[in-house]
Amino acid sequence: MAKTLAEKVWDAHVVRKGDGEGANAQPDLLFIDLHLVHEVTSPQAFEGLRLAGRKLRRPDLTIATEDHNTPTLAIDKPIADLTSRTQIETLRNNCKEFGVRLHSLGDAEQGIVHVVGPQLGLTQPGMTVVCGDSHTSTHGAFGALAMGIGTSEVEHVMATQTLSLKPFKTMAINVEGTLRPGVTAKDIILAVIAKIGTGGGAGYVFEYRGSAIRALSIEGRMTICNMSIEAGARAGMVAPDETTFAYVKDKPHAPKGADWDAALEYWRTLPTDDDAVFDNEITIDADLLEPFVTWGTNPGQGASLSGVVPDPASFDDPNDRAAAERALEYMDLAPGTKLKEIPVDTVFIGSCTNSRMEDLTAAADIIRGQKKADGVRVMVVPGSARVRLEAEAAGLDKVFKDFGAEWRFAGCSMCLGMNPDQLAPGERCASTSNRNFEGRQGKGGRTHLVSPLVAAATAIRGTLSSPWDLQAQDLQAQSQNAQDTQHGQQSEEA
Amino acid sequence: MDKIRTLTGPIIPLERSNVDTDQIIPAVFLKRVTKTGYDDALFHSWRQDPTFVLNQEPYRHGGVLVVGHDFGTGSSREHAVWALRDFGITAVLGPRFGEIFRGNAGKQGLLVGQISESAMEALWAVAKANPGEPVTVDLEARTATAGGVTHDFQIDDYTRWRLLEGLDDIALTLRDEDAITAFEANRPAWMPTTQPVREGTA
Repeated sequence: MAKTLAEKVWDAHVVRKGDGEGANAQPDLLFIDLHLVHEVTSPQAFEGLRLAGRKLRRPDLTIATEDHNTPTLAIDKPIADLTSRTQIETLRNNCKEFGVRLHSLGDAEQGIVHVVGPQLGLTQPGMTVVCGDSHTSTHGAFGALAMGIGTSEVEHVMATQTLSLKPFKTMAINVEGTLRPGVTAKDIILAVIAKIGTGGGAGYVFEYRGSAIRALSIEGRMTICNMSIEAGARAGMVAPDETTFAYVKDKPHAPKGADWDAALEYWRTLPTDDDAVFDNEITIDADLLEPFVTWGTNPGQGASLSGVVPDPASFDDPNDRAAAERALEYMDLAPGTKLKEIPVDTVFIGSCTNSRMEDLTAAADIIRGQKKADGVRVMVVPGSARVRLEAEAAGLDKVFKDFGAEWRFAGCSMCLGMNPDQLAPGERCASTSNRNFEGRQGKGGRTHLVSPLVAAATAIRGTLSSPWDLQAQDLQAQSQNAQDTQHGQQSEEA
Repeated sequence: MDKIRTLTGPIIPLERSNVDTDQIIPAVFLKRVTKTGYDDALFHSWRQDPTFVLNQEPYRHGGVLVVGHDFGTGSSREHAVWALRDFGITAVLGPRFGEIFRGNAGKQGLLVGQISESAMEALWAVAKANPGEPVTVDLEARTATAGGVTHDFQIDDYTRWRLLEGLDDIALTLRDEDAITAFEANRPAWMPTTQPVREGTA
């Protein structure tokens, strides 16, 4: 029978088929190839193992890092917040006791768990990947079935290396056409979520397909798969292709020699069969997409940046209308306001959605030689210590610092404001992260989700802006700045 | 885990949709390494408002939470379930839930039942007409009865069975340990491990 990518990966991991129907019908039991662990959702799971006298079944398929709760300044000093420090120390002790490889603060492989797995080559096509973090869907970019799980399931995977999983439905998200310059993977996924809503993906595994997806880098595909959860989906996937194989090859944990050939042969069998049927399907026209931004307090409340804050009365569904009213009150926005006229206090570039080299390079290319808008705080937080090192080798840190941005150490940072990187009440932020929930980035903080390009343009102008807005007046300023910089350098040399 | 048959408690109307797990418990409360003691963190931001439903009698001591659509979306934090449980919420009824949240609830003995929009409206109406009116949730029959009206709710067969029997998930899976071991023996040797990579040879 013809199968989709997701069905192939699922079927290859069934340890025991679910038995029958009725009152105590068991779901399929699936083997888990890779379990990623971090400090926040694991302590209670390790404790559960200890209390039950159980072992960690496969330490060799488990890897840990510190990300959610770590500082992004002064990482060589003890963590000031005692509760945070205890949580990090608990992870270190647990990893030692159970034999888990841990990338701690200061290690070149430390960083956001969803950045670390791929950069190590641990994430590969056709795998099942889980982590006690909803953005585990990121790893679907490789054609892996990757899901976020809760702490009970973390403990279950630790004890058994399996999960009982309910069957899923499949949805094809077809993105056809060519993105215009200035429009990115982030704009695709924000448009997808705005189209189907935060619950529209419930019960589904998404497969992102079409020419616009094929044209994306692996990093862009990660951005898209990352936010599948914001549409309620269980996972999001992209079929592996030459782009995928080229990315994985020569990564530290990629198969070598004859193993590589064997892996490649298998990976080429994974894409959805031509005659396979999806349970549902939507299509997005990439040619028409514009830079996107959210105006509300869930990731489905978004619009093209050229538009206005919508009027709640324009929503037919009473739930949507009530949610929009509440959101506008929280966001302190009036219907009809041009999105580009909304001033921001902070720009955050980072998170598992947009903190990889491609993201930092794209932002740096826009701001190079410019100065940030007066009064705007700009924070750049690389996704991993390795990304930070690579960015510094490429001179990006200097570009950001010259611009007036803060160049931080790696971690989740202001995406969820668990460490000191938080918004103050009422502060408004253009953020490359994934959630604009009330208080997500700090109590009372107001978040607009954007791409790294929009974040960079916004940091220059001080109001929500796209790279398109820069072309008219700011490019002139940019060339002037570039000349000034050149003169400055010459005089320094002299 | 305790066995669940029926649960009775006041209907707590939370008339909001898209209540994500960041609202249920903000990230700053996720720094602890324990599984209990989260009752004060539940809906922390909204509870600063004295008019918020959980600050009102007779809702301050828990009951059955009846919510709008897309409750528990977003972050996978199981702390959301622990906080609800610690506050005294024994069941949550609503038209649609975040899936990770629903899965977490099932593992922790918090009953999450899916009801129709009309049942949601009806239960809210009962609570508003008569605050503190109890609802009886019957897991065996998959019904919720309040104000003399019985509504059906949905819960998947497997979760229902585990809750009825109070079963430990890990112990259940370990009954299949032989199948896990057999599966492991057949995995391709080139698949990655977190140990240093092996040199593949022909």
